[in-house]
Amino acid sequence: MAGRGRGQLTFSVEIVGIGKGENLPPSSVQPTPLFPPLDQKPVPLQTGEEAEYMLALKQEFRGAMKTLPFYIRPAAPKKDVERYSDKYQKIETSDHSLEWKPDWRRFPKELRVREKRPLRDKSPAVPKQPKQPRVDKEEIIRKLETLEQKEEDGSSDEEEGEKKKPQEEEAEGEEEYDEEEFEDETDYIMSYFDNGEEFGGDSDENVDEAIY
Amino acid sequence: MTAQEVRLCGLLLQEHFGDVVEKVGTHLIRSGVLTLRALAHETKLPLDLVKKSLCVLMQHGMCAFGAGRRGPAGPVEYHIICERILHMLRYPRYIYTAKSLYGDTGELIVEEILQRGQMTMSSTVKTVADRLTHNMPEGQSMDYSEVVSAFSRLVETHFLQRCPPLASAESSSSGEVNTPLPAVTKHTEPEDHPECYKLPYINLTGQGKRRRSSEDGEAEQRAAKKAKTDNSERGDEGIYWQVNFQRFHLHFRDQAIINAVSCKLDQTSGEIVRTMLRMSEVTTSAHAAFTQALSANEIFRALPSSYNIARPILDQYLTLLVDDPMEFVGKTGDSGGGMYVVNLHRALANLARATLESVVQERFGSRSARIFRLLLRKRHLEQKQVEDFAMVPAKEAKDMLYTLLSENLVQLQEIPKTPDYAPSRTFYLYTVNQLPTARLLLQRCYKTVGNLIERRLYETKENKRLLEKSQRIEAILASLQATGAEAEQLTEVEEMITAPERQQLESLRHHINKLDSSENQVDETIFLLESYINSTQAPR
Repeated sequence: MAGRGRGQLTFSVEIVGIGKGENLPPSSVQPTPLFPPLDQKPVPLQTGEEAEYMLALKQEFRGAMKTLPFYIRPAAPKKDVERYSDKYQKIETSDHSLEWKPDWRRFPKELRVREKRPLRDKSPAVPKQPKQPRVDKEEIIRKLETLEQKEEDGSSDEEEGEKKKPQEEEAEGEEEYDEEEFEDETDYIMSYFDNGEEFGGDSDENVDEAIY
Repeated sequence: MTAQEVRLCGLLLQEHFGDVVEKVGTHLIRSGVLTLRALAHETKLPLDLVKKSLCVLMQHGMCAFGAGRRGPAGPVEYHIICERILHMLRYPRYIYTAKSLYGDTGELIVEEILQRGQMTMSSTVKTVADRLTHNMPEGQSMDYSEVVSAFSRLVETHFLQRCPPLASAESSSSGEVNTPLPAVTKHTEPEDHPECYKLPYINLTGQGKRRRSSEDGEAEQRAAKKAKTDNSERGDEGIYWQVNFQRFHLHFRDQAIINAVSCKLDQTSGEIVRTMLRMSEVTTSAHAAFTQALSANEIFRALPSSYNIARPILDQYLTLLVDDPMEFVGKTGDSGGGMYVVNLHRALANLARATLESVVQERFGSRSARIFRLLLRKRHLEQKQVEDFAMVPAKEAKDMLYTLLSENLVQLQEIPKTPDYAPSRTFYLYTVNQLPTARLLLQRCYKTVGNLIERRLYETKENKRLLEKSQRIEAILASLQATGAEAEQLTEVEEMITAPERQQLESLRHHINKLDSSENQVDETIFLLESYINSTQAPR
């Protein structure tokens, strides 16, 4: 446009108001300074009770928002190595997700966060207990049935026994384990103990071998 | 969404909700509408965090969801409502207004609801009662009924409203997974719902509980769990209340008009305009250009008795208001002693114009302001005419005009005499367009607030070590005082901060207060300009 000097403009300069031979300000070849000096000083801020009260409100609001569960902190970066200083640095537990539960009737269901693992470990223990009395009742009923049917089918008993097994495994597994252990009130599992009854039995076959 | 608005939204989200929500929010603003999977993929954040962020944004009404482009069977799409994020700048003003109208109780109610986004009436009442009890002297406690009455008054004057129900809430079958979602394009106003301002019947009696410091953590958790189970007993489960920002904005607009009239004319005229606005509060819709016509007789009857204005004096005041060039009040008829209206849109336009003129005056000097006002009034002027009308010497007028032109506050209009646009044969006229200039200034204001926030964050970050140290020392002091330590120990702890550090802390606090105050003030200008620009747009 005005690249080749003032004389080569497309319009007459006088129209816009620049007379002939006048001093124009030098054209700038660098970006404007970051903090240009101001000719006029800015007007001072409003002071007064209202302004100060609103200032206090603003700062309190900001502080309060940081403590609410809506303030989501990024996930803690994974540690490559366990460090001694971890014990002394603040590890912020992300329990905030438990503090606020939105009303799921108003939000789309896909936003529901699945419960995390530490809860999962506790949850199997909870359903176990109600299961046991149920299993007991079913056991009793089934035992009565099997007693009735015992004379009829020997094989069907075994099948039902197998069906009972996976249900009763969890419930009776502990009982069986307990039985073995607490028979003689020792710390040793009974099946590991060889009480030497078979020792004498073996020697009957081979008299030639020396007995140590 | 302009770049400045997006930047400001990002900064506000980061301050109030953290970095994760900021990333999710800004990305969603830039992209428009996204599904959950796309959003998680593009922001590269873990899915759980994205879900939580969306929940937080929706709780505060800043994000809305709806059936996507593929219809109700497809994935849900989310979009951000930017103006709600920008309203966060104005939260202190809302709380202060509630305080001035309804006292401390109203202030705390509005503050709680703003902090939590949406709340049921019973939980609000309980929390506010507890907070008020905490501040009261020992032995006294706040009764729930007082808080309930303050809440009711806020709802009756429309400052609080019910959150709009979702269309999915109406489908009764519980087994359905795909409940019908509202379409993204349909924009339901909360006021479309007929029961928007209806108070639920709740069975709530009791008093606020004082929280002892010893049973802090556990009691809060127990109380939080209890509150959830209690809601179902209170009878207002599922009815959430939010702040009605539009009503607050109307209130601010009225206040601005009354202040302008009081400043320009006198206090009594301000009172007359206040009376007129108060009378037409319920009959005027939010986007109306002027209030309902009020007769002079009605105004006379409705004036506060403390003012003791005689009838003929009222007539004189009204004539004065009508003749004023600001055109706040207009006369529409002669029945009933004269029918008068308040011209809302014209008042907003005048206020915006006054803002623009003031900006030019403070930035460029009073003579530039004179030229600017001249151009606003006379619309188009040539270079020579500007010099003559403004009574400014030619050289200086040129200089000022070019400065204003480079700042884009003044535009150049070419009017050709010949069809070939020959420069020697075209008129070049200077002009000012109020609406585009107002938009320009509004964007500058957003940029200003963004700069202020960034500077404040920078200052805080620079002195982080010092701030943490002072916080720790305060905590130590507080615990020492609680356990009853001697004065020597206290002074010893206080001396842990050296004098130059104390000075540094003091100046830091001063700077941060100044920056915060500036944000509040710039927000007042933002409100005026936004209201003016919204009033020029046709109502949706």
